[in-house]
Amino acid sequence: MNIYVLMKRTFDTEEKIVLSGGKINEDGAEFIINPYDEYAIEEAIQVRDAHGGEVTVISVGNEEAEKQLRTALAMGADKAVLINTEDDIENSDQYTTAKVIAEYLKEKEVDLILGGNVAIDGGTGQVGPRVAELLNIPYVTTITKLDIDGTKVTVTRDVEGDSEIIETSLPLLVTAQQGLNEPRYPSLPGIMKAKKKPLEELELDDLDLEEDDVEAKTKTIEIFLPPKKEAGKVLSGELTDQVKELVYLLHTEAKVV
Amino acid sequence: MSRKVLVLGEVREGSLRNVSFEAISAAKTVAEGGEVVGVLIGDAVSALGSELIKYGADRVVIVEDEKLKQYTSDGYSQALLAVIDQEKPEGIIIGHTALGKDLSPRIAGKLSSGLISDATAVEVAGGNVVFTRPIYSGKAFEKKIVTDGIIFATVRPNNIAPLEKDESRNGEVASLSVDIKDLRTIIKEVVRKAAEGVDLSEAKVIVSGGRGVKSADGFKPLKELADVLGGAVGASRGACDAEYCDYSMQIGQTGKVVTPDLYIACGISGAIQHLAGMSNSKVIVAINKDPEANIFKVADYGIVGDLFEVVPMLTEEFKKLKVHS
Repeated sequence: MNIYVLMKRTFDTEEKIVLSGGKINEDGAEFIINPYDEYAIEEAIQVRDAHGGEVTVISVGNEEAEKQLRTALAMGADKAVLINTEDDIENSDQYTTAKVIAEYLKEKEVDLILGGNVAIDGGTGQVGPRVAELLNIPYVTTITKLDIDGTKVTVTRDVEGDSEIIETSLPLLVTAQQGLNEPRYPSLPGIMKAKKKPLEELELDDLDLEEDDVEAKTKTIEIFLPPKKEAGKVLSGELTDQVKELVYLLHTEAKVV
Repeated sequence: MSRKVLVLGEVREGSLRNVSFEAISAAKTVAEGGEVVGVLIGDAVSALGSELIKYGADRVVIVEDEKLKQYTSDGYSQALLAVIDQEKPEGIIIGHTALGKDLSPRIAGKLSSGLISDATAVEVAGGNVVFTRPIYSGKAFEKKIVTDGIIFATVRPNNIAPLEKDESRNGEVASLSVDIKDLRTIIKEVVRKAAEGVDLSEAKVIVSGGRGVKSADGFKPLKELADVLGGAVGASRGACDAEYCDYSMQIGQTGKVVTPDLYIACGISGAIQHLAGMSNSKVIVAINKDPEANIFKVADYGIVGDLFEVVPMLTEEFKKLKVHS
């Protein structure tokens, strides 16, 4: 089975966001594999181990993403592809990224594509479904369970707390929701092996794309931080009085109940 | 510049979701005086058309088919693309719900258009339609415009005020017949986990528990408080990882990002990853034994104390308030 995983390098969830010159300051920040993409990588490895085949992890970005791709290889993926758009694309959005990925995948024999249901930085969740649409294959988002039997696939989809049991077939794209699995940590032998696994680097030229073909359709005109929340009022006195005061304040001052 | 803007109304269990009315309000801004056309997709939804009009739509297009009884991306995209083809809109607004998140990128892919997801505000400024949206789960915000093609956005529930309902508004409700075929995903069964209670993303009040609840049973007093307030129960990653509750309840940078009117954090320390998911709530109450807990830094009101003592007392106090008001 040919399995592809779409992976994004993101800020660590414990990082604070600092702006400099109107942009997000990345200096000294820790980067990780987008947590939802980790579930996708884990699931891909489990599917390969059960059904045979090969797992290729793809990332669109700059050469810094090599580190996260190596981590994916250390977890157990077989190959990695970095589509480095840094020199070619100035203004990109989800339209851009999806088009680049679809262009790469359309020449491949694809059975299963996995990704996270959302990236914790941009937070749009667009790229997976867009890629499926461009490749004209079905997709199911926010899945918590995946069973494959031949080309028949049964998935469980999380829909705001409810679960849908969905039947579909390969080729298929799915996006991972929390609860799909427990991603493994790379083992030491895994890390050693990952160094020798193939990591291919491509640019737009290699995909026969021009910058104009993937020009963003949207543009960020400003980034700002939310107003800093002032620490509020910690109540004091007898607990029963505090509770009464809190209810009073919520009712009359904050007017939320 | 006036525009024709489509709004997809979302029906759940026979009623329109609030976010649909909020989407109409956003669409009015985008339309700049142009026509707002509501769209309803389902198997028996035409009776709800007039409701969209009372909330500000000028007219409504209905696509009904028994194959559209449940949402599938294949079925709904065929229906919505047919309406888009007929109406040729210059804008599309959809709620950023499970349905909207799943459907909108596919439509954008098909139209080769941009898509601004999860907007929390929209305005017209400097000749542009400018959307504000959270990034890094609300640790920062960006203002975004569409530079090429249709203005397409999804709006986060609970953020854009709906227009006031006007019972006197009238408009055309017309059907469009679409041949829905070749559904590649079939829903065999729906297991309702959230059958009781209010949906987290739309809840006006959320009572949330962290490691401090100590067990699955520890969520009971929180549920009782939420019930009195007509709210939903959420959790921190700590509580989910400790298996006190289901991951579907998780609020944070991984998990759901929520902006209720009132967020009551019980036994939650306030890790950065949790704060990202809730710190834009309108009013935050923290209940924690540890006076140094980080959560007090973002809370509007705090009580230092044992949640198992404080929460039941709060429930009683709110009950009294409800009786008196």
